[in-house]
Amino acid sequence: MRSDALPAAVEPARLRAGRKIVPRRRRRIRPGLLAGRIFLYLFLFCLAVLCFTPFYVMIINATRSTPEINRGLSLLPGKALLQNYASMQQSMNIWRGFLNSALVAVPSTLLSAYFGALTAYAFSKFNFRGKKTLFWMVLGTMMIPVQLGLIGYFQLTVALRLVNTYWALILPAMANGATVFFLKMYMDGAVDASLLEAARVDGGSELGIFHRIVLPISMPAVATMSILNFIFSWNNYLTPLVLLFDKNKFTLPILIALVKGTYKQNLGAQYLAVAISVVPIMIVFIFFSRYIISGITSGALKE
Amino acid sequence: MKRDNYGYLFIWPFFAALILLQLYPILYTFYLSFTNLSTANPDAGFIGLANYARLFTDKFFLKSIVNTWRIWICNFIPQLIFAVGLAAILTGDKLRGRNFFRGVYFLPNLVTAASIGILFNVLLGWQSGAINQALVGLGLIGEAEKIHFLASAGWTSSAVSVILWWMWFGHSMILFMAGMVAVPKEYYDAAAVDGASAWQSFWKITLPQIKPVMIYVLVTSLIGGLNNFDIPFVIGEGQNLGTGGPQRAILTMVMHLYNMAFSGGRQRGYAAAIAVALFVMVLIFSVLIFRAMMARESREGSEAK
Repeated sequence: MRSDALPAAVEPARLRAGRKIVPRRRRRIRPGLLAGRIFLYLFLFCLAVLCFTPFYVMIINATRSTPEINRGLSLLPGKALLQNYASMQQSMNIWRGFLNSALVAVPSTLLSAYFGALTAYAFSKFNFRGKKTLFWMVLGTMMIPVQLGLIGYFQLTVALRLVNTYWALILPAMANGATVFFLKMYMDGAVDASLLEAARVDGGSELGIFHRIVLPISMPAVATMSILNFIFSWNNYLTPLVLLFDKNKFTLPILIALVKGTYKQNLGAQYLAVAISVVPIMIVFIFFSRYIISGITSGALKE
Repeated sequence: MKRDNYGYLFIWPFFAALILLQLYPILYTFYLSFTNLSTANPDAGFIGLANYARLFTDKFFLKSIVNTWRIWICNFIPQLIFAVGLAAILTGDKLRGRNFFRGVYFLPNLVTAASIGILFNVLLGWQSGAINQALVGLGLIGEAEKIHFLASAGWTSSAVSVILWWMWFGHSMILFMAGMVAVPKEYYDAAAVDGASAWQSFWKITLPQIKPVMIYVLVTSLIGGLNNFDIPFVIGEGQNLGTGGPQRAILTMVMHLYNMAFSGGRQRGYAAAIAVALFVMVLIFSVLIFRAMMARESREGSEAK
C-alpha cells in the first residue's frame, strides 16, 4: 500500500470528478428513479437514527430523575442533572476513573508512537540482515489476540511485582505491531533518502537524524496512529480488569461496568455515569474522524 | 559501526518488549496448560494432557463454544450485508451527505464496549427499560406485555448479536468503502460500454476487486468474534458480572476462561488450556478462510482478469 492510496486522499479527487457529471444526469432522472432515491435516503436516514438513538436516550435520561425515567421515554431533557450528579459522586468518584484511564492511556500512546516510529524507521531506511523475517514477525503479532497470553502475562507480572501497577498495562504498548506497519508504509513514501544523506554529511548522529528529521516529517501518520492507540487503550476493559485490584486504581471501563451494583435502582445516576464515560470519545471523534478513518482503513488496504 | 547495523539498535527496544511481554507470556500460557496451577496448587505440578481431556467433558466450555459462534455468526452475516451494501451505495451514487452518514454509522464502534454493554443493560430493562417503553409507546405491545429481555436466553443472545452488529457494520463499511474507491474507474466505464447493468458491474467488478478487503474483514472479525468478552460480560441482569445470562446463553469462551482463571478456585492451568484451544480454533479457521478465498481466486482468474 502506498501512503497516497489512503481513501482520505483519494476521495476529494473522485468527488470533484463526480460533481461534473451530476447536473446532466439529474435532468434526465425518471420518476421511478426519483422514488428510489427518496426511498434510499429514507433508509440511510433511519439507519443513522438507529445508530444515534441509544446515545440520545442516554444523554436525555442522564438529566432526568429516576421516577421520571420509570414513567416513560422523553425527547426533551429533564432538570435532574445536578441531583443525578450528586448521587453519582456519593458512591463513586468517576473523575478518579478518568484520571486513572488517562494515566494508562497517555503513556501507552506515547510509548507506542516513539518506539513504533523508531522501529518503522529502521525497517524503512536500513538494510540489515534478517530484516524481512523480523518484519514478518511484526505483522504476525498483529494477528495474535492478547487474550491468548493473558494468563501467562498475569503470572509474569506477579513474578516481576508489576501486578496491580499501571506499568503492567503501559509497558506492552512499546511493541505495537500495527503502528510499526502503518508508519513504515508512510516513511517509505514520505521520508526522502537524499535528505537523510545530506544530514549525515552535515555530521548528524543517527538518533539525532531520527529526532530532528524523520519524526517531524512522519508526524501526520504518528498522530493518526496515536489517536487510534489512545482510543484503544482508553476503551480496554479485560486487561485492566485482570491486572488491577485496588478500587482507587480502577480505570473508567471497570468503574462503569460496576454501576449496576453501585447505584442499584438509581437509573438517573447510572445513565449519567455511562454518559460521562462516552461523551468524551464522541467529541474526539467529531474532531478527528478523518484521521481515525484513514488509520483504520490502512490495515485492510495492504497488498 | 556500519551504518545499516543502526537498524538493530533502533529495533531492539521494540523486540525486547515483544519477546518479553507478548511472546513469552504466550509460550508460558502454553506451558501452564500442562500444569494444575490453581489456588490449591500454587506450585503448578505437571499433569500432562489432563486439562485438555477435561475440555471435552466441561459442559460449560462446550456450551461457550456454541454460544461464541452463534453470537458471532448472527452478528456477522447481517453486518457483512449492510457493510457491503452501504459501501456500494455511498461510494457509487453521488449522494449528498455521505461523510455524515459514514461518520454516524461508524460512531458506535469507537465508544467503550463496556459502557455500551451497561447502556444496553439499562435500555433493555424490564419495567422501566427504554426499549420496552418505546414498544409500548408505539403501540406494538401493551403495558402488561413488556418483555423481560434479559431473563430470556433467546432475547439475551440476540441482543448481544444485534449490539455487535450495531457497533461493527459501520467499521466494516468504511473498510469496504476504502476498497471500492481504489477500484480503477476505467473498469466500470468499459463494462458500461459493453452494456453491463449496475447490478452486473457490482457482481463482476466490485466484489472480485474488494476481495483482499473481504478477507481482512472476515479474518479480523472472526478473531474478534471468537475473543468476544466485554459486552456479554457486563450486559447480564443482576449485579454480578460475567454470569453468562439466563441458561448461560451468552457465556463466551473468553468469559469462561476469565471465570476459571480469576474467580473461585483460580484454576489457571485449566484456563490456559482454554486459551490454547481458542488459539488453535482461531488459527484453523483463519487458514480455512484464506484457502477458501484464494482457491476461488485461481478459479476465477481465467475469466474476468
